[in-house]
Amino acid sequence: MESWEILLQQVINGLSLGAMYALLALGFTMVYGIIELINFAHFNIFMVGSFIAMWLMQLMGFTGQTHILYGLPLVGLLVLVLCATMLSTGALGALIERYGLRALRGVSGTAPMITTIGLSYILFNVILLTTGADTKNYSNPMPNIRWEFGDAVLRLREVMLWGVSVVLMIALHYFVRRTKMGKAMQATAQDQEAARMVGVDVDRVVIITFFIGSALAGAAGLIFGLYYNYTSFIIGYTAGLRAFTAAVLGGIGNIPGAMLGGVLIGLIESLGGQYLAVRWTDVIIFSILVLVLVFRPTGLLGRAAPTKS
Amino acid sequence: MPISDAPQTQSQRRPPLLEFNDVNTYYGELHVLKSVNYRVGDGEIVCLLGGNASGKSTTMKTILGIVRPKSGKVTYAGQPIDRLPTAERVKRGIAPVPEARRLFPRMTVLENLEMGAFTRSDTTEIESDKERVFGLFPRIKERLTQLAGTLSGGEQQMVAMGRALMARPKLLCMDEPSMGLSPAFVEQVFDIIQAINKQGTSIFMVEQNANMALSIADYGYVLQTGEVVLHGSAQSLRDNEMVQQAYLGEMKAQ
Ligand SMILES: Nc1ncnc2c1ncn2[C@@H]1O[C@H](COP(=O)(O)OP(=O)(O)OP(=O)(O)O)[C@@H](O)[C@H]1O
Ligand SMILES: [Mg+2]
Repeated sequence: MESWEILLQQVINGLSLGAMYALLALGFTMVYGIIELINFAHFNIFMVGSFIAMWLMQLMGFTGQTHILYGLPLVGLLVLVLCATMLSTGALGALIERYGLRALRGVSGTAPMITTIGLSYILFNVILLTTGADTKNYSNPMPNIRWEFGDAVLRLREVMLWGVSVVLMIALHYFVRRTKMGKAMQATAQDQEAARMVGVDVDRVVIITFFIGSALAGAAGLIFGLYYNYTSFIIGYTAGLRAFTAAVLGGIGNIPGAMLGGVLIGLIESLGGQYLAVRWTDVIIFSILVLVLVFRPTGLLGRAAPTKS
Repeated sequence: MPISDAPQTQSQRRPPLLEFNDVNTYYGELHVLKSVNYRVGDGEIVCLLGGNASGKSTTMKTILGIVRPKSGKVTYAGQPIDRLPTAERVKRGIAPVPEARRLFPRMTVLENLEMGAFTRSDTTEIESDKERVFGLFPRIKERLTQLAGTLSGGEQQMVAMGRALMARPKLLCMDEPSMGLSPAFVEQVFDIIQAINKQGTSIFMVEQNANMALSIADYGYVLQTGEVVLHGSAQSLRDNEMVQQAYLGEMKAQ
């Protein structure tokens, strides 16, 4: 491979990972933006999402790497799987908020955050104990269409993954900026008590935020499976921590920041793995986390004070 | 030395829009409102005087449901509201101008005004209320696209009042509307409060600026460490010796 081909290939890989991290980082950042809570259950909501998507595809008869459908029916089924997965993980996130976290809202200190870690363990162990510790092969119904640039390869699945991420992020942006519920979210993030005083139902805003963040994590879970061709009970930690780093890098609480941070972390992972060494990837990524926290705790796009005026 | 009103003064007042009956509010162990009774008549301006930490802002928060009383009854428009969520109270026509304005700092002035109408969906009426706000505060109109966090204190106060009016309230609860404003501007704000009242909105107002407040109010209450120690018509309060000493120092010197 020529050096430019290697670079191009790693950029393609990095953007794909980045799209996934960005989707995952959005959930962290939105919840933090609204109630200043780091939700560690998010890691494993993502993991559960990848399982749900896998089971849905198995239900629809997709197994292994063979594709039995083409064109529009295939697209339709994938969209269906995506939507059903997002609804399921969204509902899971909403349940976690309602029954696991709401009672702790406003409790100061680390109790709510510790609770999210506990909830995360519950999800982790439920999947481990019901499906076993072995790695699950993911069915991948995508036809093997590819474009070659020299030795660099762009596969259809990557294009699809970028497309899904971009559509979801545009939809989220539109939702937050333009709809009434989106305005209520912004207001709650900026001043919760003032939001209450203009008649915003803050409990509803919080549960919808969990729903949306968790739905995006479900989409990221499906993307993980299609990209790596496997899933496992363990995937929440690595991907989750990287996505969390992405959220901090972009500025926790900041939605465009999470998107930018995700793409950057994806690129750092693939380029760093290529040009330094794969086993150093996590060292690089978490060094970035530490450096950001020390020197620019507000992140790249964060404001001087991250959440309040 | 509490004085209670002569019965005829009470009966001359308008029918109540808001009433507190023996309301007790706590923050944890801290007993802030101690069996207080208030009454805001329909169409009145009522002012609440009191020293720092006497529970004035807590009174406002109790009306809005930001804090819940431990006992006692809060009645609005003839119905008990003390179990209702804040959003529902706002829907029924109670709007706050909170202490320190509490605008949404990273929203524009226009977005802040629109948030004031959050519970409403009558789009054309909302537009006409916007015009009404611009009529009362022409300065707001020149600043619509500015982020609220960058406004001057006086401008923020105007937007905070405008935002509250966008809910088309029956009862406006104002917590120290003159705080931090220059004397000339304070006078303007009080003129506007009177104008809003004339347009049919009842007003319950916390003020340190007792002189000004009593000059436009119909009725007043004096709160001391959580207890109503005095209440009466604005005129009777202005004539009261204790009020003159504690709150109207300047007036006496004149
Ligand atoms: N959220 C809270 N938690 C605990 N204590 C509180 C809280 N809010 C107010 N207090 C306490 O309740 C008491 C009354 O406070 P409040 O804000 O009602 O006073 P205020 O009359 O508005 O005073 P000021 O004129 O200084 O605004 C004070 O002692 C205050 O410290
Ligand atoms: Mg106060």
